[in-house]
Amino acid sequence: MTGRVVVIGVGNPFRRDDGAGPAVVEALRARGTAAAVLAVSDGDPGRLLEMWRPADTVVVAEALRSPAGRPGRLHTVRAERAASLAATTASTHGLGLAETVALAAALDRLPRALVVHAVEGADFTAGVGLTGPVRSALPALVRLVADSVRAGQRPRPPSGGVR
Amino acid sequence: MSRGPSRVLRLDALARVEGEAAVRLRLRGGEVVAAELRIYEPPRFFEAFLVGRGHTEPPDLTARICGICPVAYQMTACQAIEAACGVTVDGPVAQLRRLLYYGEWIESQSLHIHLLHAPDFLGCADAVEAARGHRAAVERGLRIKQAGNAVVEVLGGRPIHPVNVRVGGFYRTPSRTELVPLAERLRRARDEALETVRWVGGFDFPEASFDGEFLALHDPGRYAIDSGAPAVLPAPESREGRRSFPVTEFENRVVEEQVPYSTALQSRLDGRPHLTGALARYALNGRWLHPTAAEAARGSGLGDPTAGVVCRNPYRSIVVRAVEVVHALEEALLIIEGYRPPARAQVAVPVREAVGCAVTEAPRGLLYHRYALGPDGAVTRARIVPPTAQNQAAVEEDLRRQVGARLARSRSAVGDGELVALCERAVRNHDPCISCAAHFLDLTVERE
Repeated sequence: MTGRVVVIGVGNPFRRDDGAGPAVVEALRARGTAAAVLAVSDGDPGRLLEMWRPADTVVVAEALRSPAGRPGRLHTVRAERAASLAATTASTHGLGLAETVALAAALDRLPRALVVHAVEGADFTAGVGLTGPVRSALPALVRLVADSVRAGQRPRPPSGGVR
Repeated sequence: MSRGPSRVLRLDALARVEGEAAVRLRLRGGEVVAAELRIYEPPRFFEAFLVGRGHTEPPDLTARICGICPVAYQMTACQAIEAACGVTVDGPVAQLRRLLYYGEWIESQSLHIHLLHAPDFLGCADAVEAARGHRAAVERGLRIKQAGNAVVEVLGGRPIHPVNVRVGGFYRTPSRTELVPLAERLRRARDEALETVRWVGGFDFPEASFDGEFLALHDPGRYAIDSGAPAVLPAPESREGRRSFPVTEFENRVVEEQVPYSTALQSRLDGRPHLTGALARYALNGRWLHPTAAEAARGSGLGDPTAGVVCRNPYRSIVVRAVEVVHALEEALLIIEGYRPPARAQVAVPVREAVGCAVTEAPRGLLYHRYALGPDGAVTRARIVPPTAQNQAAVEEDLRRQVGARLARSRSAVGDGELVALCERAVRNHDPCISCAAHFLDLTVERE
């Protein structure tokens, strides 16, 4: 079965920098990224697990909280490491993306490939609008996600990953 | 009894609760001097943010307060604005609203039961460990939850933050044919939900009791979700009888106060901590559960809800939630069975300068909204009291009682690790939606 490429922007636009993921999806939607399924998620595990099928390539855009970090810095994490992000993803809910990936692995429901592009945020308090460093990093984050979408759409051997 | 130096326990990251919070415990010898639940609260931000917005906007805006219970916010906002404008929505549109709300109950309660609460009873650190050891149950929970998601998606227009709800009803109502596949999914989920009641009914429940007042929406004849008036079941030792009050009295009875350690306001009901949510609903309205749900409750060790049984053990709330999922599924099926598409998807809501308020039963308990509208319909004042903020004082009391009882039982000192685990469980029993009332729990223990 041929899989789709699914882009998921995870986060809450009403929690300032947590809105980076949805903002990436909005940017891709505006430029009309063909042949990829675009979705946003608040990080709810039940709904996230429903967003992909085993044959899919999943590209996630997300915000990271890193207390000693540098807001606006970009990170790329693949499925095998995504579960180790538990302590740092900025989900406003008890189970976030990292737990969902670990849960998917425990239930044999991981997609064929999963890559997370994340930006370090500065402010996750209630409110709208991204902070300056995250806003400045957004075009680069969109490029990373778009590159992964293109890589996911190329035919590849069954064991192929996504860049 | 535990003796030794005083200490302060701080729990800095409570996993498996919806949102973010912190607990600070101050212990002196074997006594709990203070238990404080600190939560950080977005509704306050939304209340200010709503001022100046049009009267049609609160349902969509307040839905963003929480990704878990957006429908509760939408339904309450709609009813409050309709009350201000002197409009009542009834008939098939009201039934569809209830169907949407049941969808959210199914989603939210199933998530809490299977992924957040059950790991405590299975001796698992988290949902991932539970999924490895109890895969069938976790997968069943996800399927039940997905049936709820499907209801929200069909009626709400999309799975999160539904967009089809408006003041006066819906933008578009479904055809009967659209609901047929949904009904099949809900029937399968109902059978699985009965399995979940049997599963959680067999867990081991520590002894515990909440001895304060219960507050729930009460509408004799039905297990109220979006109709009726707030009603109070007094504490067991109280000589007072049950009482209820009109929703317009809510802010006089449920009074909020600022506490220095939390950005959420704490509420007290007539001056005392109270509990709202599944245990309160079951105690006040259990006799009107759907017969399938009542039968499941009887078989689960909860006693007979039709005889007015009251469950005060917060650990058993997992069973009550499971029974509520069966009820929600059965009621949703009844609504679909009797559904005839209305001539119009919404009723007209002519705007006027007025104040309106409403309460509905969010999965976690009573949710109150009040809006004051100006002559042009713009919101001049907004007030939102979420269930978790109401339960905050009762959760603190529960923490004090449970930690106190644990310290009293032990001859030797009880380690911080054990107290942290106990506090986490005690808080999770109440399924706090801390993203509504405000992100993960921090626990500090101070031993003086």
